[in-house]
Amino acid sequence: MSQLLTLTFVAETIRLSIPFACAALAGVWSERSGVVHIALEGVLLSSAFGAVVATLASGSPAVGVLGGVLVGTLLSLLHGLLSARFRVDAIVSGIALNLLAASGTRFLLRAWFDSASNSPPIAGFHWGPTGSSGAAMLARTLLDPVTLLAVLAVAVTPWVLFRTRFGLRVRAAGENPVAAASVGIPVVRVRLIALCVSGAVGALGGIHLAFDQHRFESGMSGGRGFIALAAVILAGWRPVRAALACLVFAALEATQILLQGQRKLPPEILQMLPYLATLVVLALAAGKARAPAGLGQHATEER
Amino acid sequence: MSRFRSFWLELRTPLAAMAAAVLVLNLLSFGLGQVPLSTVLTALAGSWGTTYGIGQVLFKATPLLLAGIAVDLALRAGLFNIGVEGQIAVGSLAGTIVAVVLPASLPGIVALPLTLLAAASTGAAWAAFAAWMRTRFGAHEVITTIVLNRIADALVAMLMTAWLALPGTVRTKDIAPGASLARLESLSPFFSGSAVSWAFPMSLLVLLGVTVWLRRSRAGREVVWVGHNERACEAEGIAVSRRKILAMGLSGAIASLAMAGTVLGYKGYYEIGLGAGVGFGGIAVAFLGRGHPVGLLLAALLFGTLAQAGLVINAQVPKEATGILEAVVIIAVALASRAGRLDASARAAKGES
Repeated sequence: MSQLLTLTFVAETIRLSIPFACAALAGVWSERSGVVHIALEGVLLSSAFGAVVATLASGSPAVGVLGGVLVGTLLSLLHGLLSARFRVDAIVSGIALNLLAASGTRFLLRAWFDSASNSPPIAGFHWGPTGSSGAAMLARTLLDPVTLLAVLAVAVTPWVLFRTRFGLRVRAAGENPVAAASVGIPVVRVRLIALCVSGAVGALGGIHLAFDQHRFESGMSGGRGFIALAAVILAGWRPVRAALACLVFAALEATQILLQGQRKLPPEILQMLPYLATLVVLALAAGKARAPAGLGQHATEER
Repeated sequence: MSRFRSFWLELRTPLAAMAAAVLVLNLLSFGLGQVPLSTVLTALAGSWGTTYGIGQVLFKATPLLLAGIAVDLALRAGLFNIGVEGQIAVGSLAGTIVAVVLPASLPGIVALPLTLLAAASTGAAWAAFAAWMRTRFGAHEVITTIVLNRIADALVAMLMTAWLALPGTVRTKDIAPGASLARLESLSPFFSGSAVSWAFPMSLLVLLGVTVWLRRSRAGREVVWVGHNERACEAEGIAVSRRKILAMGLSGAIASLAMAGTVLGYKGYYEIGLGAGVGFGGIAVAFLGRGHPVGLLLAALLFGTLAQAGLVINAQVPKEATGILEAVVIIAVALASRAGRLDASARAAKGES
């Protein structure tokens, strides 16, 4: 157990928390505006793929980040258009877009890279000290540009959401779309913008996954988008708490990785840990947490 | 409303779905440098063009139909069963364990029900747990069933590697002969060579049974009422939570019967990943079928055709295109039925209905 209290463990926890935290922030942005966002999983997966393709095409990881953000934003916007504008059930739209992201990336892997499972390797960013000591790992993790962007997003989100005019409109659209519309807030447009922000923030998580593995792997989001949604519920739709909740899930995953070498338990039991934790969290938190009151509602009656 | 108009409204959704599928398949094949229409024609010839192709479509449609019935049944009670994928995995494994352990001399009339019962009860428990989480704790079943899918995958992998798989493989031992389902080619030379088995007629029986249960039995009708208006049912003294858990449990049981087509009628053993993707296909089937038994059957045949066509055109267009087509069909159906609802409410407002 002693190895759980090392700098390596801290570094691993922070590294693993980034995809969760980004997806959870994306969930907060979307659901605060009143749109249920099951498609987070697809945002993570498609933006990871977009980042890898853009990096391979340009040779620059910075362009890769832009590519990932673009793809993630587009998928999230599509979810917004389908559910907020055209009023398709948000869960149906989310399922379809997750399926689209999963099979679309596999399809393009086959078509462009002639592989069923993964893309060619990419370099990613190389900032910070080298070496395998815990301190070096921690420094490398903290200096990673994608991590820094994600931390920035965690820091800025509460300010935008609770201290700006735009944030007020987003929350109004999510709490009571009918009232928001009656005072002249363009609810559908506000929701679409919120979903673009959501997609861009969530994409950082997918980009982090891809750069971390130095390639795209089929299905590499691995259910993190759904766990992030559980974190959002646990945090009562508050951004910083959601990110902190994600640290707990990441610590579970880090434990799993560090304990895997010991072979005392079958690895599958450790793989189940984050999901079992999610079930427990849902049982404890789901009934008590107060969701945005207008979640899934529209500003006007059926036309 | 004229009969023609109502006929057109009924037809609009499936037509939109098929048009979207054909259009996207054309776009994908064009994007890969193929002559557009040729891929679609190859796909059609390989699925409905030969008796072998037709048998394969029915084979592919069998688990999809069962998964579709499962999703539809849960939807009737107002629950989204996204967990069919995991229910098929744990149910198939449980059924296979029983089928492997049974003595080889046991006749089918005993072995087959025992196997299916093991599968169905495991799938039912797996699904009912999610409904219980919903009714007891308010945890939304969409998230819990997705999480349960992941747990099912890990659980199946663990049991297989630790105990069930033959050394060096990801498959179990062969099932007892009594538990296997014969191919339909033994019935008629029409199906010769194709993998369709008695599981297909069995899935039709399940479809009939569920339809009758929902319409004729007290419990079934209460399930539908709960789906329509939970609070009114509570006021009427219907045990809402129990009806929801019942519907979800039955849904999981029916999902698990999909093993009949894959394990009992085709492979003769279970292997990791067998039946993967069927759960999500079942969601598409349920949305396209829109709560009508004939609709569910036609939708399962459509997606069975897509799955078979995906294999046929694999040389020209990667078979992963099938998943894209499923997603596009779900979106097209959702958009088209939205349009249908708008029409209906507009007419109602004008007093035509």
